[in-house]
Parts: sequence; C-alpha cells; structure tokens
Amino acid sequence: MTRRSHARSPAPALALAVAVAAAAALAVVPAGSAGAFAETPAAGLDEQGQMQDPALQARFEHIAKELRCLQCQNETIADSNADLARDLRRQVREMLIDGKSDDAIFTFMTDRYGEFVRFAPPLSPKTALIWGAPFFMLLLGGAIVYRVVRQRSRMPLDE
Amino acid sequence: MWKFLLPFAAFVALVVLFAFGLNPNRDIHALPSPLIGKPAPEFALSNVIDPSTIVSNAALKGQVYVVNVWGTWCAECRVEHEELLAISREHVVPIIGIDWSVDHGPGEREKAKQWLERLGNPYSQVAFDQEGRTAIDFGVYAAPETFLVDRQGNVIFKHISGMTQEVWEKQFLPRIAAARKGA
Repeated sequence: MTRRSHARSPAPALALAVAVAAAAALAVVPAGSAGAFAETPAAGLDEQGQMQDPALQARFEHIAKELRCLQCQNETIADSNADLARDLRRQVREMLIDGKSDDAIFTFMTDRYGEFVRFAPPLSPKTALIWGAPFFMLLLGGAIVYRVVRQRSRMPLDE
Repeated sequence: MWKFLLPFAAFVALVVLFAFGLNPNRDIHALPSPLIGKPAPEFALSNVIDPSTIVSNAALKGQVYVVNVWGTWCAECRVEHEELLAISREHVVPIIGIDWSVDHGPGEREKAKQWLERLGNPYSQVAFDQEGRTAIDFGVYAAPETFLVDRQGNVIFKHISGMTQEVWEKQFLPRIAAARKGA
C-alpha cells in the first residue's frame, strides 16, 4: 500500500484530493477482506501457516495482497484458494526467509508473469493512462457540471 | 457548431474504443509473456516414465524444441492430446512434456504414466514437476501452455490453452523454420 497515493504531485485543490482518494480506492482495494491467512496445509507441502517472525509475516501479508492470482485474475494471491496462488505464497515465504527484499520478490514475479501480476501497477509511461484516467474523468465531469450550472443560472427563473 | 461537434467526437471515440475492446478475436485473458526473447528457465526433473533418470533442458541446447506444460487434472490437456500426438508423428521437433502436479502429491506421476500408456505418448521426454516450481519459472498460470525454444535456448513463442492444428501450422511451424534458418 505504498505506491499509490504519491503517484501525482500534491495539488492544493480539494477536488484533486478527492480524486486521489477515489483513484486509490479504485485501483488498489481488492475485493473481499484479506485479514485471515489461515493456510490449509496440503499433502506433501511444508506450509507452516504463519511465519515464525512477525515482521516477516507482516511483509508476507503485504506482498501477498499486492500480487494477482493469475488463474482467477481478480483475486490477490492472499485471498485465492487456487493451487497456483498457494504455490506463489510458498514462493514468497521462502524468499522472505532467504532474506530477499520486497523488490526482489516483485521482480521475481514480474520476470515470470509480467506486470499484470501486480495489483497496483507501478506508474510508468505504459500505465500512465490507468493512473491518469480517474483524474481526467473528474476534470471532465467537473467541467460539464460547471458549464451546466452556469447556463442554468442565466436562465429566467419562471421558465 | 460545438453543440454538434463535441457529441460527434465523443461518438467517434467510443466507436474506436469499442472496435478495439469488443473485438471478438481479442483474447482478454491472453497475457504477453515476459519470457519471450529470454532464455528458457533451466530445469532438471525426474522422468515421469523412468524416475531414475533426469529430464533436463540443458541437454537440448543447440536444437529447437517445444515445451508443453500439462497435467492429468487438466481437461483442456486431454483435448489437445490428439493434436500433440499428430504433431509428434511429424517428427519436426522434440516435444518435452512437463507434468505439473498441482496437489504436489506423487499420485500425479502414476496418473500421467497411465494416461500416456492409454492415449499414446507424444513426448520425447516427460519431466515430473511435483512441486510446481518449474511451472512458476515458466510463468505458467493455467495448463496447458506450450513454449517454443530456439537453438540458443531462448523462448521465442508461447501459446496459452490447447494446441490445435491451426495454431501449430500458423504459429509454430513458420517460427520453427525461421529459427532453424537463423542460426
């Protein structure tokens, strides 16, 4: 949940602040809650449910919520029960225990699955449209409302 | 003037958007593979048929080959099996099978053996990916997926979902010919 709110330089206008919040909500909040991480250990798996180190567990939960389960496409690997999501959670845990950085883990995933594996795509020329569209829509809507209100205010009252 | 022009411009923009977005030939689930043009992930896994031997793609350097990721649990793999058999009879390229065990159990190996005995074996070798790590390395998100690797060991094409005669003839054969000419 770090990369989203500073995507644009801060502007004083209240409207922009609203837009930032709306864009962040649209772009990042995954469907469903992601509180519980109880893992059902499958046969032949060395899944230990929670990680021993609470700091690692916190990082694990953060990373798992940022990665898309590609089998189901609109779930995070934290929420999904799909086999691949389970394997990717194992991969994230192992890399955390190995002392890998968050960036190294995201790079591992995007090297294999592409940018789509990340729920919040990093701001880049390719993703500028995704990040910019909510602001553009808000400006457009604001302009239309402004015009309509100004026109109506010039109309005679009894019409 | 603007009263007419603005809605018209919006209409044209929508037509363009829909022409792209609603194109029936566009597969919204197809994701570009970041692996294209990069070295194929290396694997050395035990052989499904003969567990005492290892299937490794290091041994395949220098030749063009196909990697097919499948599993007996995968319905689409059953559908494409006939096509893989037909392809294998052409003896164009070796097809390396990677049997992806999604439950990580050893049972998949036995099922795969029976499947190949019953339906025929299109693969020159079949590797057993019990832990699903090779599938992750190849960026596979749903079986079957089929990769084409050139002589330098680089992935040059990836096909998601079942192999068909059309895909083989239109997508794979020309690339195989080009890969052989190129090096």
